[in-house]
Amino acid sequence: MADQALVATPSPRPPEKPVKDKPGPLEYMRQWPLRVIVGATLLFLYLPLITLMVFSFNDSRRNIVWHGFTFKYYEKAFNNDSLQQAFVNSLTIAFLCTVISVILGALAAVMLWRFRFPGKTVVEGSMALPIVVPEICMGVAMLVFFARVFPWPGGLPWPLNLGAITIAHISFAFPFVATVVRARLASFNRELEEAAKDLGASEWRTFWDVLVPHMQPGLIAGALLAFTLSLDDFVITFFTAGPDTVTFPVKVYSMLRFSVTPEVNAASTILIVVTVILTAIGLQMQNNEPKDKKA
Amino acid sequence: MEQTWKQARAAFAAISVPPLAWLLFFFLIPLAVIWAYTFGENTGPTTIDFTGTFANYARALGPLYLGIFVKSVVVAAITTILCLVVGFPVALAIAFASPKQKAWLLLLIMLPFWTNLLIRTFALIAVLREQGYVNFALEWLWNNASGFMTLIGLQPLGEFEPLTLLYNNFAVVVGLVYVHLPFMVLPLYSALDRMDRSLMEASLDLGAGHLKTIFLVVVPLAAPGIASGILITFIPALGSYLTPDLLGGTDSQMIANVIERQFKRANDWPFGAALSFLLMYLTFIAIAIQALVQRRSDRRA
Repeated sequence: MADQALVATPSPRPPEKPVKDKPGPLEYMRQWPLRVIVGATLLFLYLPLITLMVFSFNDSRRNIVWHGFTFKYYEKAFNNDSLQQAFVNSLTIAFLCTVISVILGALAAVMLWRFRFPGKTVVEGSMALPIVVPEICMGVAMLVFFARVFPWPGGLPWPLNLGAITIAHISFAFPFVATVVRARLASFNRELEEAAKDLGASEWRTFWDVLVPHMQPGLIAGALLAFTLSLDDFVITFFTAGPDTVTFPVKVYSMLRFSVTPEVNAASTILIVVTVILTAIGLQMQNNEPKDKKA
Repeated sequence: MEQTWKQARAAFAAISVPPLAWLLFFFLIPLAVIWAYTFGENTGPTTIDFTGTFANYARALGPLYLGIFVKSVVVAAITTILCLVVGFPVALAIAFASPKQKAWLLLLIMLPFWTNLLIRTFALIAVLREQGYVNFALEWLWNNASGFMTLIGLQPLGEFEPLTLLYNNFAVVVGLVYVHLPFMVLPLYSALDRMDRSLMEASLDLGAGHLKTIFLVVVPLAAPGIASGILITFIPALGSYLTPDLLGGTDSQMIANVIERQFKRANDWPFGAALSFLLMYLTFIAIAIQALVQRRSDRRA
């Protein structure tokens, strides 16, 4: 039958009308069962968050039924000094953690990418540990460390009293940065480095003018990761925070334990908006990167 | 080629000392201290003697705490399976979407991942509680069904009883799935996206249906991605503290909650340390299993 079809002169087909192009066999996104699943999943992921954000504007203490639009919980959140302090603390810790993690992570990535040295597998394994160790284990380790081995002096002036939390955050964030940067370094052409050195550039100059520009997208992605990891962390902070060094998640947690107020909704909405904006900026910076690669 | 460290000693020292010193001092030493504590004994309110005892491990492996370990593993496994069942079709749909849709869908899956874990859990409470949206929707359906029953001449249903969706094991599993779904979708997506599509086309051309193609062609091809998705979901789910703490009831404590209690309230650090090391060993076992599966599938390829 197939042979006949080959031999037979093609019969004039009726002109195909593009009424509705049927989805191809592999265009799963255009088949309804999968559309339903994707839609339901997105609903599941977003409904709670959107509810939370919408009801932060609701003029009622019980956030169930819509009672009218208000900013009063934002005002309350802004006038809540301890909440504000916690927010500033969180941002400060996240900023310090990002700067130091990017430096340490970049150095670690270059070390593992560039050198052969005895015990390299051990170093690689220990660098992966902070990524895989359960948060709770790291939290209690930090608690004991700062309580017994390396007591962080109490009563220090403001940014210094955040030292213990910042150190703990850097310890889990910089291996993530190292992983991201190392992946980026894999695409580096080592001959460029050799060329720079042949042309008389010093070790430092080569690192700064040749290697760092290549690492840049990895550094941005790593910085973004470190910042959100630090801002997001609750468990490890919970174990290292003192009474006067409360971060935003720890503060929200204690507010939740106490009572669920719309103020928490407002504060959470602010944090969500801050993270979304930062992520958007970070993604934008990464998307702009391929242009200068061509040059 | 990689340099040996001897070729550029100064550069190697400058590059390697800061991260290695940090890792040693602020990560490995704290872990080592905890490990030493697992062999210690409480001798006073704040003094701990390192006596080399195994009593902490023996107590942790007793029926009560072993039960909590088993329960944590079961809860984490159910979470992982649910994430896989939901995440696989989602990842498949994203991998085969048009490039523009793909970028948007990936962003939508990743965005909750960037929002604070505590806030996401808190948001879930508002939806699941007795006067939350899930119960509102159920009540609406119930009342309509009741009205329909009277309409066709049957006994109307009784008064709607709101379901208790919070502060039990159900809520913990829902919360864990909610939090960990992006962890599963992303590795699955990257495995499915890299897959050779002509094999799927061949299978479909040769008369296999979509489901048969997915189970006999796609799943084996994407096995490494599935394995890493399972691992990346299972490990944080196993050690999760916040979700069982906020969404669970008195009987839904997972191992991390017990550890926290030993350190913060019960003040039995050696025992808490032993529990956290057991949790770490469990994590390493999970990683080792995944590595074995990976190696086997690499060898087959």
